[in-house]
Amino acid sequence: MRKLIKPLVFCLCLSPFGILIFNALTGRLSANPIKDITHFTGDWTLYFLLITLAVTPLRRLTGWTPVMRYRRMLGLFAFFYACLHFLTYLVLDQFFDWHTIAGDVMKRPYITVGFTAFLLLIPLAVTSTARMKQKLGPRWRRLHRLVYVIGGLGILHYLWLVKADIRPPVIFGAVFIALLILRLPGVRMQQNRPMMRSPS
Amino acid sequence: MLIKNAPDIRPSEITEPSLYFSRRRFLRSSVGAVVAASTLGGAALLRPEQARAGTKLPGPIAQSPFSTDEDKTPYEDVTTYNNFYEFGTGKSDPSQNAGGFHPRPWSISVAGECNKPGTYDLEDFLKPQHLEDRIYRLRCVEAWSMVIPWVGIPLANVLKRFEPSSHAKYLAMTTVYRPSEMPGQRRHVLDWPYTEGLRLDEAMHPLTILAVGLYGEVLPNQNGAPLRLVVPWKYGFKSIKSIVKFEFTREQPATAWNKAAPGEYGFYSNVNPNVDHPRWSQAKERRIGDFFKRKTLMFNGYADQVASLYSGMDLRKNF
Repeated sequence: MRKLIKPLVFCLCLSPFGILIFNALTGRLSANPIKDITHFTGDWTLYFLLITLAVTPLRRLTGWTPVMRYRRMLGLFAFFYACLHFLTYLVLDQFFDWHTIAGDVMKRPYITVGFTAFLLLIPLAVTSTARMKQKLGPRWRRLHRLVYVIGGLGILHYLWLVKADIRPPVIFGAVFIALLILRLPGVRMQQNRPMMRSPS
Repeated sequence: MLIKNAPDIRPSEITEPSLYFSRRRFLRSSVGAVVAASTLGGAALLRPEQARAGTKLPGPIAQSPFSTDEDKTPYEDVTTYNNFYEFGTGKSDPSQNAGGFHPRPWSISVAGECNKPGTYDLEDFLKPQHLEDRIYRLRCVEAWSMVIPWVGIPLANVLKRFEPSSHAKYLAMTTVYRPSEMPGQRRHVLDWPYTEGLRLDEAMHPLTILAVGLYGEVLPNQNGAPLRLVVPWKYGFKSIKSIVKFEFTREQPATAWNKAAPGEYGFYSNVNPNVDHPRWSQAKERRIGDFFKRKTLMFNGYADQVASLYSGMDLRKNF
């Protein structure tokens, strides 16, 4: 049974991509499909970043340790959707127009921070294997704290590109901040207390 | 509340009684109601019972030399992908949420520096103008574009009837405020009601039209029914939809997007590939339906007609 769960979670994480492909192939996207694909993959990058960041607080709150087994996969899916998002920009939106891309990265703050967040995800993905984790030792934890920076940059990237309706990025931001608050030392102790209750 | 009726129907605009009373004979003799309708002129046929979106606008609809012969954006795309924040901020929100909107009855108030202010019923407001096809490029400030076959009338012809005074320097326009039918207005995304403005010479320019239809049919709610502005050399948001008020002013009027972000959306908002939006480039655009982006043209390709309006102006400052 347990062996089945991981492939199931994998398929579930992949399903937004499947839905996107299905919608694209069956003409269910809007009149501006490239923009739809860009927004869809961007949204799912942020969803997976937040889901990944929710794993540790969830374990602490519920004591449900097995959830930790899926953290790496969830994080890698955030990277997967970020890659799709970046490739959409590179291929579909700009079609390798390096001149414009360079200009965007230099001049457009929302692209600068989005691109930075994407670059920062790469070392995290590369060092996600058990071997790398072992090899890096305590430095691994420090390196992977970059995910907080990446989350912040990703939400800023969204906030800076909307015209007037800032509600969606603000919701992302609120969830992100809530997940950070759950990590504060004081809040963490509160969460641990129920589990320390039972005398040994 | 005092609602003035149109005081200015000139005798020449009234159908001669002999013609009017012979209409039945005429109808009988004609081959069909559609043919009959076409002889009555465009605006007269915008009567409420015929004002449903998708109803064919009866002719004759004149062709215009201002029309482009570029490939038209499909009707489906024009009517399902657009911005109309009164119905929501998503591109498909207008088509999904505009079904409960009532574009009739519709009255329009004309105010400010003119000799004939008042409140007019839409039909009186448009009478006795004749409809024209205007196939225009539309360039959104978000860097996508379409080619849309509007049906409308030159704004200048309408405005002249109200005899703007010499003090009238600008035209301020206002969209209807009806949160019960426009769910987007229930959130303060913009300062409702939506307002827009033009310099009077821009408003009087022959390219500037009031549209009542597209693709030869009555304008759908989501595209600004029953009456919207189309200024093809400016970014799309200048072309205010579902207008209920026109006011001739001495001073430059406040505009909705300029109030929301003064550094990003200027009063003029002319399409200009050389002046970027502070957050993104305006050099290129994606024509809906195309894969590759194309270069954005100065004044959206209408430079020959409108560049002279801005001679001597610093377009970087007056963006």
